[in-house]
This record gives sequence, C-alpha cells and structure tokens, in this order.
Amino acid sequence: MSVPGTDRDAGLQPERTRLAWRRTTLASSVVAVLALRQALRGSGSSAELAGAAVTGLIWLVFLWVAHRRIRALAAVRPRVLAPRSALAVVGCTVALAVFAVAVIF
Amino acid sequence: MIDFVKDVRLWFAPSRLKDEGDTPDYRFSLANERTFLAWIRTALALVGGGFAVDQFLPDLRWGVRVGMAFALLAVGAACALRAVNHWVRCERAMRRHEDLPLSRFPVLLSLGVGLVAVAMVVVVLLGWTSGR
Repeated sequence: MSVPGTDRDAGLQPERTRLAWRRTTLASSVVAVLALRQALRGSGSSAELAGAAVTGLIWLVFLWVAHRRIRALAAVRPRVLAPRSALAVVGCTVALAVFAVAVIF
Repeated sequence: MIDFVKDVRLWFAPSRLKDEGDTPDYRFSLANERTFLAWIRTALALVGGGFAVDQFLPDLRWGVRVGMAFALLAVGAACALRAVNHWVRCERAMRRHEDLPLSRFPVLLSLGVGLVAVAMVVVVLLGWTSGR
C-alpha cells in the first residue's frame, strides 16, 4: 500500500491493475474447477488422479504468478510486467486447453 | 512471418525489450497490462466454454459436442498466445514512440464466436441430439 503523502496516481492505475489480476485469477479458478470436474468423472483411477494433480499444479502456478505481481503493484510506481510472468500466465491458459483436448478425446 | 519470429524471440528476452527506445510513462504500461489480462480472461472464458460444452451438453451427438468443444479450446489457446504477442508489440511500440499495432484479431474472434453461437442455435433447432 502506498503511504499518504507520496505522489499517488490520481487515476488509481496500480489498484485497477491489481484488481484486473484478481479478476483473472478468479476466471482461472473457475476453469480449474471445470478441469478438475472433467478429470474426476470416472472411477478415480490413477490416471484420473494424475490429471487432477496436473490441473491443481497449473492453477497453483497461475496463482503464484498473480500473487507476485499483485505484491509488486503495491509500489507507488510499479515496474513494467516481466515478460516471463506474462508468458507463464499464457502458458497456464494454453496448458489448460491442451489438458482439455487430451481428456475429451 | 519473419517479423513474427522476431516478436516470439522478444517474448523470451525481456532485456531485449528494454534495449528498445526509452521507458514510457508507467501508467501506459499498466494500461497495456490490463488489456493483456482482459484478453487472458477472454481466453480463459473460451477454454472454460470448451469444458462446459463437453460436460453440460451430454445430449449432443458425440461429433457435434467434441467438435464444438475443440473449436472453443483452439480459439481460447490462440487468444492467449495472441495476447502475449500483442502485449509485447504494444510495449515495444510505446518505447519507440510509434503508433500502436493494428490487429484483425478482434474482428476474427467476434466472427468466430458469432459462428459458434449460430451453429449452436442450428444444432438445437434441428434436434441433432442423441436420445430423448
């Protein structure tokens, strides 16, 4: 959080960006729940549990990246988003899609 | 195509992005970041839609259901990849004081989503469902 008295952005840009990250983690959680539901539809074989574990892992990576960025945005003048974080988020999204294709077929 | 390869290399080399031009006002970068996140949410919604079609429409014929789910998932993945590419290109354009890149992607995406919606209406009206 920024300290009163520092030159705080009147447009609340860091806060808005932080909330955008929150919304995105929320969306990713919904998709992760759907993926988990898809993975655990059958009898609970070891392959299904492995699928569920992969889904959980993807979700945790997403949350971790978002958490780090949200903390970085607490600065008065946050640095630009690291391309590595952007790639990680995109990687998680694509991984969920690939996982879906693998499970559905 | 060669431009695209250069863009992809930028995804993996943050230092190369910083070599270009000078750092823009941080508020512009944050706006670019929010746009990127909005696209990621769009991609997540499409991927979630793919899961939902497969899980919540069991009465659809196998081919229609899997085809629809696959289309949504493919568009979702494309949307995510395009999001990071567009983010990098915008960031670079701002550093170089150039115009922001134009894109046909939003039009293509909206046409694609419209097509899927119309296809669903046709499927339901013609009763291409198994059983019942």
